[in-house]
Amino acid sequence: MAAVNGNATSSDWDDRYYHIDQILDRPGPRTDPSFQAGDDVKKFLRNKCKILVIGAGGLGCEILANLALSGFKDIHVIDMDTIDISNLNRQFLFRPKDVGKPKAIVAAEFIMNRVPGVKVTPYFGKIQDKDEDYYMQFNIIVCGLDSVEARRWINATLVNMVDDDNPESLKPLIDGGTEGFKGQARVILPQLTSCYECSLDMLNKPTAFPICTIANTPRLPEHCIEWASVLEWPRVYGDKRLDTDDPEHINWLYNIALKRAKEFKIEGVTWSLTQGVVKNIIPAIASTNAIIAASCCNEAFKIATSAAAYLNNYFMLIGTDGVYSYTFEHERRKDCPVCGGESLDITVGKEWTVERLIEMLVEKEDIQIKRPSLSTSKKQIYFQAPPQLEQATRPNLEMKVSELLEDGDEITVTSSTLPFNLSLRIKYT
Amino acid sequence: MIKIWSMKKSEDAAAKKKPKTSAAQIRVQKDLTELELPETMRTHFPDPSDLLNFTLTITPDEGMYKGGSFTFSFAINTNYPHEPPKVKCIPKIYHPNVDLDGNVCLNILREDWKPVLNLNSVMVGLQYLFLEPNADDPLNKEAAEELRRNRDQFVYNVRQAMRGNNVKGIQYDRVVSF
Ligand SMILES: [Zn+2]
Repeated sequence: MAAVNGNATSSDWDDRYYHIDQILDRPGPRTDPSFQAGDDVKKFLRNKCKILVIGAGGLGCEILANLALSGFKDIHVIDMDTIDISNLNRQFLFRPKDVGKPKAIVAAEFIMNRVPGVKVTPYFGKIQDKDEDYYMQFNIIVCGLDSVEARRWINATLVNMVDDDNPESLKPLIDGGTEGFKGQARVILPQLTSCYECSLDMLNKPTAFPICTIANTPRLPEHCIEWASVLEWPRVYGDKRLDTDDPEHINWLYNIALKRAKEFKIEGVTWSLTQGVVKNIIPAIASTNAIIAASCCNEAFKIATSAAAYLNNYFMLIGTDGVYSYTFEHERRKDCPVCGGESLDITVGKEWTVERLIEMLVEKEDIQIKRPSLSTSKKQIYFQAPPQLEQATRPNLEMKVSELLEDGDEITVTSSTLPFNLSLRIKYT
Repeated sequence: MIKIWSMKKSEDAAAKKKPKTSAAQIRVQKDLTELELPETMRTHFPDPSDLLNFTLTITPDEGMYKGGSFTFSFAINTNYPHEPPKVKCIPKIYHPNVDLDGNVCLNILREDWKPVLNLNSVMVGLQYLFLEPNADDPLNKEAAEELRRNRDQFVYNVRQAMRGNNVKGIQYDRVVSF
């Protein structure tokens, strides 16, 4: 482990933390009862607390700078992207000479040079490359991502990590996101508060145009670009996947879209609009990123120190019509496939068949289940429909549960009578 | 650090460790195993262990497309149900809302998709296209034009195309077995 510096060390100077220490040296009216003013909390923040930042883009640059300047000294950062020239207008840790280099590495170096005593450990790659052991080492995780898919992944991973027998397994997740003048910051305490998946239906979906408009009556440059990507690409290239990170693919789409636009006398098809439409790039405004990143970092600071009450649990900023902000408690969804549903430990005999297990489930009065379908994360056990899958899994009905599952394995149960999914943990007598 | 764990202990024991099955996977299991398809629709899984890629065959028992057998491919990605399934018509058919490459104009497959919709809604929507082809959302403009102008000629063209014949210079795939 790199040497991280706590209070007075060579890299610290008198009164370096004068302002922050005024908050940490004495409790305020809203501090948590567990707040231990003074050296303990400062030591934790500066010597012990390990924080992970996911994303080193528009939000990530701001988050890294804010965390470093508020006293976090052991920061890790993950990002899979390299620096593009178009990032330089707002991602202020990067310079023209950095174009083409990994964001995580350049950002880490910049922060370490600029803020003495702070150790930033970069990882240039995907969050999916890392396993639970990796995420377990952190106290707090802050997300500044623009991808729904990546957020769903980290959210599910952290929710799944919660282990009732290990308090350290519950990692607070602070998630920030922006879209033009709008943004949100939220605190997710996995298994305690609503999770990212719980609020999936609140998301603005990407604008999609009716396919017949694209095909017949284009009016906007976006229609021409979607014509190239949705209709022409698969027509010409068949199953070959469109790689939106490949400049040659974007070039091809741009040229096709431009030709289409000329034909219909539509103006405004540009290379960057083409890239923006196919990658679904949302307009990024530096100042909105700054507001949201700052909110995320204040929450990280409050959670790490207990110096003030933290956000419960969703802060929304709407700057499109004046300035309007709203904070509310987003509620957990009972039927959330990640943190909702019900979980049961069931004990079955080693000789039990799958059929007997299903009968037992149907007879259980407390869960009111009809026609259940069962699977593990790896295979189907028994599906009630469609006919082909029912037939394929029917032989399993006569198999012993113990031939298919080990002690402690989990089964996902769905049924039309359950608005949520049920997970069963199998124990043998 | 805030004492999260003490809060957790005061909650009831509803929270338990969950299986590693992804949210998309659970949702697809729920959608598929609760499908109640009429006789006129049938799914097929080339690889039964892969729930994310399959086909749906629609054999309308009424309307202009009666007697035909129309197969669609479904590809579901890991961002389901945030994103809709990708659906294509496999045979080349004469239909105002399906183009010659198999793209389908159905609002819930694109602009009107919502996570509360499911695979059943998509399948029902596809079947509806064969009962009520819609000249207002054309993907095959010629077919739409014909349907609007001369319904009898349109019905004739549909029958020709379904037998694998040529309609206005375009060779269609045979989708009838008689
Ligand atoms: Zn949830």
